[in-house]
Amino acid sequence: MLTDLSLVEARDGLRRRDFSAVELTEAHLDAVAALNPRINAFITVSADMARTQAAAADAALAAGEDRPLLGLPLAIKDLFCTEGVRTTAGSRILEPFVPPYESTVTANLLRDGAVFLGKANLDEFAMGSSNMTSAFGPVRNPWTRRGDNRPLVPGGSSGGSCAAVAARMALGATATDTGGSIRQPASFCGIAGVKPTYGRCSRWGIVAFASSLDQAGPVARTVEDCAVLLGSMAGFDPKDSTSADRAVPDFAAACRRGVRGLRIGVPREYRSDSMPPEIEAMWQQGLAWLRDEGAEIVDVSLPHTKYGLATYYIVAPAEASSNLARYDGVRFGRRVEGEDLTDMYERTRAEGFGAEVRRRVMIGTYVLSAGYYDAYYLRAQKVRALILRDFTDAYAQVDALLTPTAPSAAFAQGDKMDDPVAMYLNDVFTVPASMAGVPGLSVPAGLDGQGLPLGLQVLGRPFDEETVFAVGAVLERAAGFRHLPAIWAGAPA
Amino acid sequence: MSLDPATVRRIARLARIHVENVEAEHLARELNGILGWIEQLNEVDVEGIDPLTGAAQMAMRLRPDTVTDGGIPELVLGNAPDRAGTFYAVPKVVE
Repeated sequence: MLTDLSLVEARDGLRRRDFSAVELTEAHLDAVAALNPRINAFITVSADMARTQAAAADAALAAGEDRPLLGLPLAIKDLFCTEGVRTTAGSRILEPFVPPYESTVTANLLRDGAVFLGKANLDEFAMGSSNMTSAFGPVRNPWTRRGDNRPLVPGGSSGGSCAAVAARMALGATATDTGGSIRQPASFCGIAGVKPTYGRCSRWGIVAFASSLDQAGPVARTVEDCAVLLGSMAGFDPKDSTSADRAVPDFAAACRRGVRGLRIGVPREYRSDSMPPEIEAMWQQGLAWLRDEGAEIVDVSLPHTKYGLATYYIVAPAEASSNLARYDGVRFGRRVEGEDLTDMYERTRAEGFGAEVRRRVMIGTYVLSAGYYDAYYLRAQKVRALILRDFTDAYAQVDALLTPTAPSAAFAQGDKMDDPVAMYLNDVFTVPASMAGVPGLSVPAGLDGQGLPLGLQVLGRPFDEETVFAVGAVLERAAGFRHLPAIWAGAPA
Repeated sequence: MSLDPATVRRIARLARIHVENVEAEHLARELNGILGWIEQLNEVDVEGIDPLTGAAQMAMRLRPDTVTDGGIPELVLGNAPDRAGTFYAVPKVVE
């Protein structure tokens, strides 16, 4: 089936004319139609647009054009503004919003010939680790525990993107990562996901959550597929003042470099007595694979690791409270009428935002308010500086770091919902790299005893995604992860 | 530091989020849970450390102060919940 192909295989098949872009897109649209009612990975399906783009891709292929993503169907996280296609950020407040412009990242993908199947579900404003906070309903992880059909979460916030790719409804997807929102759901769904260095991909046209942390990246079923996608997504953009003016390397070529002679760090603070033995074993296995391929394993220390999450839950809500001030019911989005202007603002935001978003906006407002700014926000920024220093010191000794991606496999829908802090702990291994802005990748390494995928995380130096891809590709080859989820396009009925 | 329901209502007002009185108590409990957990940062020695404002390890760029876009009122107003001509419309604020 065409949906069984990786993105690179599909690209090569199109170039050989084994099938057409229209056939490839129709196969994925069929999968979306068949599976989305169960998985809810898409908020909006743009089937007509996808067919038009696929037909244009076939014409371009016939004319001998060779663009990196020509005719390849993707899912777009519904946080990227897409011209003329509703963009909700998973929130009721943006339910009616149709952007009149295209985000830079999606414009780059369209420039390179991609086909957009639709807009992928997510936690509201990307705030969550389970996709349970979406105003458009939870996403079901295509994976289930062995002998247990209860629906599991796909992780979050890029849960729809990862579930769509895992179930083979799309060859790849865009995602964003603020504290782990690419890597954690990639781990939960048994696929690869890359958060590049802060500044590598333009944030212009992405609905803002925490501007000093938000970074776009790809998710796909192979590391090389992620490399190809990132090559198209990345690049300097004068419209984003934090966009890095740097050449985009050949990430796909880096996947073939190997790890011989690389020094791989094992941060001792990522070890804890509460880590499930299976995850500890997977981590050791990953280190052994790298050692077998010629890497040197080195113990390192990131002493401020344990403060990463608490720092994050000051910095990110503070920035969110500021970014989300724009949703006032005046210029776009939903409005709820009130007795006067202030009442209109307050009712619009009370009804438009879900519980988690209201909670974070209020935390952010509090930590920025007069009398508390120094105690919370300024202190958090100082701890953030120490977290960055940890990574800078570690990278003086090693080329990359290896850790587990998440402290658990996927959990059941409804779990961890009563205690916000328990939910936040999902991101304990991913948040420090977000605070430091360094690149990270999650690659599926194996299954736990219940048959659920576990990911390993590779972290690299700023703007050295190439080493991250090299290490990720070696782990992928060694793991030989070929397992299939319970729900996927082409599963025997 | 512990939030009482009155403080929660004050924060909600600052955040322009309507909170019913009955919600304030429940919210105070939730927010205190999070803030209590965040208190662990007080044990970090941050003496002499400069705050880090962002992850981009670079100086901010300047750009020419010129108009790059405009003249598209219909596109700008296309998502407005209420409008009057080429203006956004809001409830009356001046009696």
